[in-house]
Amino acid sequence: MTVSAGQALPALRLTGISKRFGSLVANADIDLELAPGEVLALLGENGAGKSTLVSILFGHYLADSGRIEVFGQPLPPGDPAAALAAGIGMVHQHFTLADNLSVLDNVMLGSEPLWQAFSRRRAGRAKLLDTATRFGLAIDPEASVGRLSVGERQRVEILKALWRGARILILDEPTAVLTPQESEQLFETLSVLVREGLSLVFISHKLAEVLRVCDRVAVLRAGRLVAERPARGTSRAELAELMVGRSVQAPTRLRRAPGEVVLDIDQVSTPAGRHGRLDNTSLQVRAGEIVAIAGVAGNGQQALAGLACGLATARRGRVTVTGEALPARPRAWISRKVARIPEDRHAVGVIGDLTVWENAVSERLHTPSFSRFGWIRRAAARAFAISLVEGFDIRLSGIEVPARTLSGGNMQKLVLARALAVGGSEAPVLIVANQPTWGLDIGAVAEIHRKLLEAAAAGAAVLVISEDLDEIMTIADRVAAIFKGRLSAALPVEEWTPGKLGLAMAGTSPDAAEHIDAA
Amino acid sequence: MRLEARSASSRMAQLLAPFAAVLITLLVCALLVAWAGAPVGRTYALLFEGAFGSRFALSETLTRATPLVLTGLAAAVAFRAGFYNIGAEGQLYVGALAAVAVGAQGGSLEALPPTLRFVLMMLAGAAAGALMLAGPALLKIRFGVDEVVTTLLLNFIALLFVSMMLDGPMKDPLAMGWPQSAALDPQLELSRLMARSRVHSGLLLACVLALAIWIVERFTTFGFALRAVGANARAAAFAGLPVARTLILGALLSGALAGLAGVGEVAGRTSYLTLDMSPGYGYSGIVIAMLAGLNPLGVILAAIFVASVLVGADSMSRAVGVPNYLADVIVATSLLAILVAGLFTRYRIRWSSR
Repeated sequence: MTVSAGQALPALRLTGISKRFGSLVANADIDLELAPGEVLALLGENGAGKSTLVSILFGHYLADSGRIEVFGQPLPPGDPAAALAAGIGMVHQHFTLADNLSVLDNVMLGSEPLWQAFSRRRAGRAKLLDTATRFGLAIDPEASVGRLSVGERQRVEILKALWRGARILILDEPTAVLTPQESEQLFETLSVLVREGLSLVFISHKLAEVLRVCDRVAVLRAGRLVAERPARGTSRAELAELMVGRSVQAPTRLRRAPGEVVLDIDQVSTPAGRHGRLDNTSLQVRAGEIVAIAGVAGNGQQALAGLACGLATARRGRVTVTGEALPARPRAWISRKVARIPEDRHAVGVIGDLTVWENAVSERLHTPSFSRFGWIRRAAARAFAISLVEGFDIRLSGIEVPARTLSGGNMQKLVLARALAVGGSEAPVLIVANQPTWGLDIGAVAEIHRKLLEAAAAGAAVLVISEDLDEIMTIADRVAAIFKGRLSAALPVEEWTPGKLGLAMAGTSPDAAEHIDAA
Repeated sequence: MRLEARSASSRMAQLLAPFAAVLITLLVCALLVAWAGAPVGRTYALLFEGAFGSRFALSETLTRATPLVLTGLAAAVAFRAGFYNIGAEGQLYVGALAAVAVGAQGGSLEALPPTLRFVLMMLAGAAAGALMLAGPALLKIRFGVDEVVTTLLLNFIALLFVSMMLDGPMKDPLAMGWPQSAALDPQLELSRLMARSRVHSGLLLACVLALAIWIVERFTTFGFALRAVGANARAAAFAGLPVARTLILGALLSGALAGLAGVGEVAGRTSYLTLDMSPGYGYSGIVIAMLAGLNPLGVILAAIFVASVLVGADSMSRAVGVPNYLADVIVATSLLAILVAGLFTRYRIRWSSR
């Protein structure tokens, strides 16, 4: 297939793509074109249909109707191998790499037929090194993927696609797992790719980077393509409104003088677990302030959250809440008015097969309000659930439906409502929120943030653990970076710049960062 | 061809799934009947007649259903808690052995008043069954040992232990060398529910227990914890529910129910214990629990279905010469069918053009 002849030919043309799941319209009659050498942003909230569209493009789903052309050639539907052969490459948000294999093995994996007796590693290696040089992606082919940093793994994913001859590269939320510095490097790589003639589809919900990286923005909402804009000449505000369908107000921060120390983590170490450990770490959170922990996943956030949620004990050091050391039993923490919001709402926050009202009372079922002599007070429990649903504007078809049927935002609001309603009408003393807005759309994020800010203004000490720097900069009063189980000093948010925070998240002392931001 | 998740699985579909599964099972097994050279319609008619067609047939079906309700409940309770007890067969035998130990004629407890002895016999059977699960439950909680393996293998240990007892210390000296226990004191036997039949009050006990467990699961904090732990143990632990305690209590309850199934057989039907007392009631309980969707009240219906197949197959096989192994095939196929039906309440098939 020759490309030179078709200067006018788009790299990719989608015509009338529709896809339904039962009554849910995931994609409705979507037309989209991608010019050669163009960077197109696919913008949309969760559930807007971005992933479905990409899955159709890549052959994982079959569209109900519509056609796909790659450089003028029709792409057979539902065939990932054909998509690969046509030059479509994909970098998934959650990497699809085998940790125990080398970079070269990962790149070559699945590219050779099974009946070929010996792997052609030498040729593969030469091709990999050649590709790496051409695109300026330095990598050691023999390095074990398990030992690479997240940024390097992403580089391997990109190389894997390039090695297979991708000419159209789809990047799904590529910066979600990166530090600001790693994101910068990625953006540089992307510009090299474009210079070498690739066309890119950049999926994201981060408006700033979309405007920065892309030539054109396509906005999806509720399965429909609602707008296409050149990146020059649009604004974050306009894109946000297009995405959500109404104007979104960012919550405002109310400053007040912090009160007494509520959560005191004093020189704590925890045993190494599956999700990292804490190493001689100290942190204080005072009443009325929001302290955020920034960090790349797997640097001890889970251990910290486990300590602060009453799930685990420290091996060394002391954790106190308003001066009292509590046992590692969630009920003891709940009864001391600690509101806990876990990282993964599906796996830990709610019990999906139980009803909404059962989930609403699960933390307090044992209290006299909701049970007597082992019998559940169902009327009281339902009334409580209804009060939460109304108080937090949770959208659902009834409190008798299984919690798993709620959308992500409503599920998180249920978790938040349950946590914040600690002790009935009394306000919580401490809120521990681990990734409170992960995977939520802009509207839901703003609501969750507003609730946390209100709670802090009402005098709660709030500890937020997050990988989302925008979130941290929006709501936190003080910020500490976590790296390999150690916390940096928790400085006021004004004293951090993205560059400085990025370095602290990578384990470099913040002082060394000054000149980088200056540059 | 590919599976796609349904946006919502309707309650109606979940309710109809077991019936669809039974229907599919009968269709599949019709092929076997035809292969055996018998007329399909007549075979099924005879099977139905053999199970429900006469007062005697019905009474036999209900008698057979009695232990099946209890083992079905044992599986339903355990599975609800996410504890996969495959060892009801062994627990049943150990429960029966404990009942005989307390209630046999000539035993050391004969001096006690019969009512007290009856209660003791029930409790001993339940306790013996429960105890069989204490080890697997603790091993699972403490070390994460897979309970499917431990409970399954304990079946063999239990059966060999019962065999040893029946050939040794508990052997009836009057049994002319057969490995069987001494007979139960007639005063301790369960009363007949129907005259001139073998239906005994164990059936009533089983149904009352089914209702009680349904109430416990729905209306008590223990039942709440049981369902929560079974559905998502991590989330239950985060919410502060007592995961370990719930698992242990659920396992003990399950074992006790299976043990009571053994007591019921000895006290209601056989009056002494032999090694062929149960034709796999413990394993059938798993099928019954799945067919019932783990609903304790549904277990009663599912147990009657399985019992009717087992009983009906006997008379059917005499009449048309299809081996009564067909019953086992039907029961096993219905388990597979209900698993597939459960899958289809959550997913649908898409046939692609390619």
